[in-house]
Amino acid sequence: MPEPLLEVRNLTVHFPTDDGLVKAVDGVSISLQQGETLGVVGESGSGKSVTFLTVMGLIRTGQAVIEGEVIFQGQDLLKLPPDEMRTVRGDKISMIFQDPMTSLHPFYKVGYQIVEAIRTHHKVSKQEAHDQAVEMLRRVNIPRPEERADQYPHEFSGGMRQRAMIAMALSLNPDLLIADEPTTALDVTVQAQILELIDRLKQEFNASVVIITHDLGVVAEHCENIQVMYAGKAVEFGGARDIYYNANHPYTWGLLRSIARLDQAPGERLNPIKGLPPSLIHVPPGCAFHPRCPYAFDRCKTDVPELLPTDGHHASACHLSLADKERIFHEEVMVRS
Amino acid sequence: MSVEVTERPAPQGQTERRPLIRLRGVKKYFPITRGILFQRHIGDVHAVDGVDLDVFEGETVGLVGETGCGKSTLARVIMRLFEATDGTIEFDGQDITHLKGRPLRELRRNMQMIFQDPFASLNPRKTVGSIIGEPYRLHGTVPRNRIKPEVQQLMELVGLNPEHYNRYPHEFSGGQRQRIGVARSLALRPRLIVCDEPVSALDVSIQAQILNLLEDLQEEFNLTYLFIAHDLSVVRHVSDRVAVMYLGKIVEMASGDTLYRSPKHPYTGALLSAVPIPDPDLAAQRQRIILEGDVPSPIDPPSGCRFHPRCPNAQFPRCKEEEPLLREFDPGQVAACHFPLEQAVVGEIIPTSG
Repeated sequence: MPEPLLEVRNLTVHFPTDDGLVKAVDGVSISLQQGETLGVVGESGSGKSVTFLTVMGLIRTGQAVIEGEVIFQGQDLLKLPPDEMRTVRGDKISMIFQDPMTSLHPFYKVGYQIVEAIRTHHKVSKQEAHDQAVEMLRRVNIPRPEERADQYPHEFSGGMRQRAMIAMALSLNPDLLIADEPTTALDVTVQAQILELIDRLKQEFNASVVIITHDLGVVAEHCENIQVMYAGKAVEFGGARDIYYNANHPYTWGLLRSIARLDQAPGERLNPIKGLPPSLIHVPPGCAFHPRCPYAFDRCKTDVPELLPTDGHHASACHLSLADKERIFHEEVMVRS
Repeated sequence: MSVEVTERPAPQGQTERRPLIRLRGVKKYFPITRGILFQRHIGDVHAVDGVDLDVFEGETVGLVGETGCGKSTLARVIMRLFEATDGTIEFDGQDITHLKGRPLRELRRNMQMIFQDPFASLNPRKTVGSIIGEPYRLHGTVPRNRIKPEVQQLMELVGLNPEHYNRYPHEFSGGQRQRIGVARSLALRPRLIVCDEPVSALDVSIQAQILNLLEDLQEEFNLTYLFIAHDLSVVRHVSDRVAVMYLGKIVEMASGDTLYRSPKHPYTGALLSAVPIPDPDLAAQRQRIILEGDVPSPIDPPSGCRFHPRCPNAQFPRCKEEEPLLREFDPGQVAACHFPLEQAVVGEIIPTSG
């Protein structure tokens, strides 16, 4: 197997607060190959965003207690001094966020903001950078890019703003694009457009992509591998088919069953996961999911399950036996109408 | 005709179906003016442009469409938060289009709203108890010393801990805040609740909890819902009938199941095909109708069929010149299209498993 592009090893990110230590990320490992699309799925507060903000160097020691390694192209990013990290961020790894209105500056023209990103990293003239910016806007399917570059973010619709963000993120031809809930604020129709666009550009730019989302439906078509996170830990990892056709963790089942599906009879009752995600200050002992898990037994309350491979690629952190998991998944979760 | 609508009819008693809400030719234009002193009227935003809609007692009507199609404006016109430019709105047989003063205030007891953003729709400086109890104080339906127990009962009803009466909204998660919004809307025991994208801002796992809660409350209180969202899978799940809106007009209306099995309008097809499916094989099989661009400006909507610039089925010049009217395809299904979707095409955009 070739050297992975990004390897996160046993990352922990703990925030000391007045109320106690917030264990936002608690021992997460991720491996991402060149050209791969990885989906990272979990509810709010599962640590999915914090993991990647740490990878980007946007959460640093001083704000949080960070342990573990983030190896990107052979370098440990956590050990890089801030000025070297600045050359990696944007140039090699870039990120797009959920809300494109708050991530674009309202006072500057969209074109100028892309020019600024380009000129921060490359020595090119303003004119060249402007031409590149217009070209990028064209590549993300913004009609009349020359005029649009001269407009302000408020003149763009939500979908176009997200396109502009993608144009900015890709203008430096990064090796890794991290998309943090890129479509959550958008209409389903625009969501479909944006996901197709990310897929296409990934091919064109030969980049790797991480899509962070709370909705397993969104990533089904677009990801090769999926990591499911809960309370700061990875609870299941596998190829897309492993997750959708053979999920091994009760939390993943819960996520799958919560979705209102078009291919389900209408009026059929949804099966939400009971309760709320736990406080990250007082994470339940044993398996963090046990208070919400309908299949929990005594051992789950005391022993922390490890993320163990079940077959080759597919791994899950749950005390249930494999035979039980397969039976429950096929009898209770994968019920198709 | 009686104006007294405070008595609730006996639940489950299926008498003859009469609409609780009846809209005829409802329009809402927002004027665009130029100049400061002499505001010249230079145009209108045609936010809602001629909508006929009946919502029957006890049913859920879904309203779907993209951002900017006028669905939220329509909801606010029904709620009388905006005054309609044209057309009539009837509530339980009473014309409420231009109701004012005291009768309007009394009407408001019967219709309440749940908003999209549970972070923006709750006053951060008020405790949960006073937010949920506010309708009682405004309408004086419950004596002051009875407000607290009433509110605590409501909190329990929507799955909140009544001991959290004195907490502030920031101490709650998104899903719990939405429960606060639901409790507030229930306080006056309304007959109609307009839900404006009530789950769009929530995690999927929490969406399902709120949808189930709304369903339970409907059964318990015989509520009528107008449910607005941009996601057809959510709307279809909760609604008896679904209306699809595009640029201020209803372009298709049918029962949720019919809409899914045989949509007629290409826009409905496009919305259906955009819904993500949590199944990689099915998702790969289906054909997507990807709509190019955004909804056109409602200031100067396209001629003829408003959908023609983005429509994959459009045939010229007819679609550009002649505006299609709503016509009946199957009993209970109406659509406004000259060249409706063929069933064979529908099979390709809609996944069927098993």
